[in-house]
Amino acid sequence: MNILSLFVLVPVLTSAAIVFTKNMKQTRLVAAAGMSVQLILSAILVFMYLAERNAGNTAEMLFTYDALWFPSLNIHYAIGVDGISVAMIALTGIVVFAGIFASWNMEFLSREFFISLILLATGVFGFFISLDLFTMFLFYEIAVIPMYLLIGIWGSGPKEYSAMKLTLMLMGGSALLMVGLLGIYFYSSPDGGPLTWNLLEISKIDIPVEMQRFLFPFTFIGFGILGALFPFHTWSPDGHASAPTAVSMLHAGVLMKLGGYGAFRVAIFLMPEAAQEQAWIFLILTGISVVYGAFGAIWQKDLKYINAYSSVSHCGLVLFAVLMMNQTAFNGAILQMISHGLMTALFFALIGMIYGRTHTRMINEMGGIMKVMPFLGVVYVIAGLASLGLPGLSGFVAEMTIFFGAFQHTDFFHRFLTIMATTSIVVTAVYILRVVGILLLGPIKDEHFLHLEDAKWHERLSTITLVLAIAAIGIAPLWLSDMINVSLEPIVNKISMAGFEFTGLF
Amino acid sequence: MTVNDFLLMRHELMLVAIALILLITDLMVKPAHKSAIVPFAIALFAVQTIVGFLPADEGVLFGGMFKTTPLISLMKNVLNIGVLIILLQSWPWVNKPENREKMSEYFILLFSTLIGMYFMISSGDFLMFYLGLETATIPIAALAAYTHHQTKSAEAGVKLILSSALSSGILLFGLSLIYGSTGSIYFDQVAAVYSNAPMQVLAFLFFISGMAFKISLVPFHLWTADVYEGAPVNVTSYLSVVSKGAASFILVLVLYKVFFQLFDIWQNVLYVISVLTMFVGNLFALRQQNMKRFLAFSSIAQAGFILLGMMAGSQMGMTSVIYFILVYIFSNLGAFGVVAAIEASTGKILMSDYNGLYRTNPKLSLLMMLAMFSLAGIPPVAGFFGKFFLFTSAASAGLYWLVFIAVLNATISLYYYLMVVKAMFINKTDTPIAPFRSDSMTRLGLILSGLGIFVVGFWSQVYEFINSLSVGLF
Repeated sequence: MNILSLFVLVPVLTSAAIVFTKNMKQTRLVAAAGMSVQLILSAILVFMYLAERNAGNTAEMLFTYDALWFPSLNIHYAIGVDGISVAMIALTGIVVFAGIFASWNMEFLSREFFISLILLATGVFGFFISLDLFTMFLFYEIAVIPMYLLIGIWGSGPKEYSAMKLTLMLMGGSALLMVGLLGIYFYSSPDGGPLTWNLLEISKIDIPVEMQRFLFPFTFIGFGILGALFPFHTWSPDGHASAPTAVSMLHAGVLMKLGGYGAFRVAIFLMPEAAQEQAWIFLILTGISVVYGAFGAIWQKDLKYINAYSSVSHCGLVLFAVLMMNQTAFNGAILQMISHGLMTALFFALIGMIYGRTHTRMINEMGGIMKVMPFLGVVYVIAGLASLGLPGLSGFVAEMTIFFGAFQHTDFFHRFLTIMATTSIVVTAVYILRVVGILLLGPIKDEHFLHLEDAKWHERLSTITLVLAIAAIGIAPLWLSDMINVSLEPIVNKISMAGFEFTGLF
Repeated sequence: MTVNDFLLMRHELMLVAIALILLITDLMVKPAHKSAIVPFAIALFAVQTIVGFLPADEGVLFGGMFKTTPLISLMKNVLNIGVLIILLQSWPWVNKPENREKMSEYFILLFSTLIGMYFMISSGDFLMFYLGLETATIPIAALAAYTHHQTKSAEAGVKLILSSALSSGILLFGLSLIYGSTGSIYFDQVAAVYSNAPMQVLAFLFFISGMAFKISLVPFHLWTADVYEGAPVNVTSYLSVVSKGAASFILVLVLYKVFFQLFDIWQNVLYVISVLTMFVGNLFALRQQNMKRFLAFSSIAQAGFILLGMMAGSQMGMTSVIYFILVYIFSNLGAFGVVAAIEASTGKILMSDYNGLYRTNPKLSLLMMLAMFSLAGIPPVAGFFGKFFLFTSAASAGLYWLVFIAVLNATISLYYYLMVVKAMFINKTDTPIAPFRSDSMTRLGLILSGLGIFVVGFWSQVYEFINSLSVGLF
């Protein structure tokens, strides 16, 4: 059996096994076992992939498998991975693994919780391995819908409102997306041959430019909504703040990356001409996301809201980089997705753990956490430093690459936007250090906090996994960016064939 | 008539025989043993369903009035599946003491309408079409008023019969114009000479208005909510699934076979109607508290989606319509089955009564959730595939903006479908519906619809089989 199919099969089997568990302990054990297998599989996949590449296999996608599903519509179950998707799968494997251990003590309806969580992961894994636009869309929606139950049942605060808002906005996004994908399908064969949903086959032809102009905004915004594109980002702060810990982790860490990945893999890759024409509109919007998200985070008092706005800023940077449309920026975008995925998951895990002890997320009600919970405090600082782009951690590598890529454009418009976007780094430093100062250092404001325990083993396991990954990327970024770079070439070639001319506002 | 002719009409003849057998049995059987009629009728209909699936020939009878093709047999089989599930789900309700006196009437009336639908789908001329339509309609009105001691049920019956009569009148007027302008009522002959002359367009508009009543498309939908609410829940599910399905089948056949020369015109007409239908159905469904009314408006919106497939005017379009109706039968019957089971055992029908249902009746809640997801078009259940293929068909005709409007409507509909999920899974209450166990027949009905919701989507052979039989515009 193809190793990639296992990425869908293992979670499905795990969910099925959870149905038969009797209590929380069994449930979490089964879930942890399943997701550990998944993490090991991801590691194996990374090594297999590198081995294939070293052996000289230059195919665009590796480990491909193709089965005809609906013959009359030419829908296939077509899977395959390149360096980018391998990296995303590894990210997902790590975050899901950490997420299971971060929600180790989920007592309320634990079976249902873990099943929904793992179903969500199934959708994400399926999305990243898909080469067929139909199955890609199918998995995309599978990943979105469990969010409603996860937030609505196990969330906190105005959870019903947030869950509904998130679900409807994301489904609205898939409404746009569907129009885009159908249009791509019906123009996938300019010479009257059979139509196809296959990403690689479509990339070999040129969709007529006037159709691209019509379809690109649908596709890009459709994916962009999930990537927190301004002004469609409003689901994200509410959704993240209300969601339970593991769900915030998975959602900000992985699910939002579906948006960036899709915008890149489908919208820009398949419709480069329209992307170049319309990039300026979306560059402005994503520029706003980046800066606005960072400033939004400064004003927040709730730890989760801070991190949610910071996610808007960081994910905005992903889309920003993607729209710069050169190899360095693309590379930075992928690195940023992975870096942000790990770091935001770590943040949400820590916030969940702190909230579980202090029962508040308001920073002005807390203080001196470092004194009572040194482990959590230190990890929080590490996450914060990664987020503000300290060299040696993953955030620095990603953001540097993005800004280098963006600055390769010599015109005023791009440079201006790039400089504006870099201000977000400063603002990020402000809100991160402010939180660290008030929350971790400073006096202990509430004497109840003196008796709080530090992290338990499962919490340490969860956070250390993420810290290790962040540090690994920060210290040795090249093996990852090399892996990505090779796979970027076909995409960059396609774009440069389309003729790079910026017809922007200025 | 030869044996072969009988075989061509086996759907109709068998069902007539079954109805007659039930009628006679009802007379013969002692009042004490009357309850045996229910399993007997269900068993007979199960046989009918199975026989329907045996391979069928193509043929024409009565000089072209009646014709059958594998496609038409398939449509009848789809309806049979729906009716079989409804019969299973009606078990607890028919067995109630107050229905004991007239339980065989329920089956006989139901089968009579189904016979009408068979003839309607098989019709080769407008006379047979009209006869089938009326045979299908009148017994339903009697069924809607089945529990006539309840005012609402009686009102539903009267409303249905009056609005049907009006719509039949409109339809007949259209048919008479068609006859007047072409000199024929046979589909083939009408199709050959039909053009977009003003009178023929007018005739077509009358025809489509009459059909719009039957499928409850906006602005001809006003009877739907009241009738659905008043009628017994199993009759409502029959109306919303089988009746609507049959009318959609004949509409797509007539549009494709008879009015194909007016393709541009009916595409525009359907465009407007479908946008209206989706919006009105969805917006009215948003605020409904009564589950039957809620499902009524949701089914109006679903009819708007069905039109999307028809508008393609291609083989793919017809396939997607038939496929969607099959999916819709399973999904809607899943939802109605749960509503019926709950109403039969507790009498509760409001959405707020469903609060906290998952804690007490997890299996019912899960099925309801699947049905809601399927109706909303959420993967991995079949509804996603059904909707996706409808949208694909519409996009194949270049109607991208319509697809966009439709998908937006699907998102709106997701809101109210999620409200039901929210009630069952998230809302808390001190007085949830107590745990109960349905009888085995109801459970079988629910399991069948649940199975359909799951299997029909993934199992691509279903779609391909339908596609192999479908046809485009002639």
